[in-house]
Amino acid sequence: MAKLPEDGRPIFVQIAEMIEDDILEGRLAEETQVPSTNQFASFYRINPATAAKGVNQLVDQSILYKKRGIGMFVSTGAQEKLREKRRELFYEQYIVAMIQEAKKLGITKDQLTEMIQKRG
Amino acid sequence: MSNILEVKNVTKAYKDVTAVNEISFSIEENKIYGFLGRNGAGKTTIMNMITAQLFPTEGEIKVFGEEPYENRGILQKVCFIKESQAYPEYFRVMDVLATAASIYPNWDEDYAQQLVTSFQLPQKRNMKKLSRGMLSSVGIVVGLASRAPLTIFDEPYLGLDAVARSIFYDQLLKDYSNNPRTVILSTHLIDEVSQLLEHILVMDNGRLVMKGDLETLRGQVYTIVGDSQKVEKYIKEKEVLHQEKLGSILSATIYDTGVSKDHLKLDGLGLEYVPVSLQQAVIYLTNRSRKQGGVM
Repeated sequence: MAKLPEDGRPIFVQIAEMIEDDILEGRLAEETQVPSTNQFASFYRINPATAAKGVNQLVDQSILYKKRGIGMFVSTGAQEKLREKRRELFYEQYIVAMIQEAKKLGITKDQLTEMIQKRG
Repeated sequence: MSNILEVKNVTKAYKDVTAVNEISFSIEENKIYGFLGRNGAGKTTIMNMITAQLFPTEGEIKVFGEEPYENRGILQKVCFIKESQAYPEYFRVMDVLATAASIYPNWDEDYAQQLVTSFQLPQKRNMKKLSRGMLSSVGIVVGLASRAPLTIFDEPYLGLDAVARSIFYDQLLKDYSNNPRTVILSTHLIDEVSQLLEHILVMDNGRLVMKGDLETLRGQVYTIVGDSQKVEKYIKEKEVLHQEKLGSILSATIYDTGVSKDHLKLDGLGLEYVPVSLQQAVIYLTNRSRKQGGVM
């Protein structure tokens, strides 16, 4: 059994995000089969309906699709679609928070830009 | 979805105590329910009524659409694992299993044997000579192997060590996945089972204080921490379950039943979002209902 991060967010959201990460990082290639909800349930020791809710969320967004009688598969184009979605969130989640913290610490805009360039 | 259990305005009153006070709820087919609440909240009384071991003082209970009392057809579909089951004097573990096999039509003997091995139960030992943990294990074996369409576990893991509880959780999920059925887990060890549950019913003082989908609830109760003025502003039109102040920092736990996703935008406001465990959420909601003196 593996453990889910205990960050208090709904478990189905965490399951959906994990699948998304696997697709983004290429661990789940397009047109390959995704583990079944029962496999997710026993691996993370969660209710199968909760796992199904996470998977279905991705089906609704056409990231995954269902092959009758076989299981869930990653859609063609899913990776690009997810990249776009995550890029939109990137500004909200990382940039805004970073600028706020920088302000608190008195880091100027130039210094921040320099840091990014040094790393990049 | 069809309801396999309907409880309507049920009250159970004794001479000076009302153990269950005008409770109504229904249970859907093939889901795992958590029946939560403190000791003495009335959980066991409700379960005794559902399984026809007690009569309600008032109200109506329908199990699979029928009255459960003296109804053999219905009682074969219900397996109730009690916290303190009494057995006949001479019963050994194997006699308990044989009896269960004769009662429950879906009994799976191979699976029962497999579980007996996992829990390392001595088949020939007299039930009276078993430790508390072993007694609980026998109950779990019966509950799982009976594959009854409605299976109720009342505090099933008294005396069970962490390894045995872990076997129970894994087996419950696995067997439920392969053979879907309705399971009610009654417990006060909330956090340990919370991930297994789909729906919860919370009781306090004989009343139902909360019922609903667990994942929904998880998103509804959360804590916001930050500068008190900012927190005040954020919680203005929200229901606050609890708040604490430390200097200029305010921490407020909110019951946000709206579909607002305000907490997703907290970073920009300089507020921190802190999740609340189910155990803690249940405590807050229980206190809330006490304050309101309310029934839901």
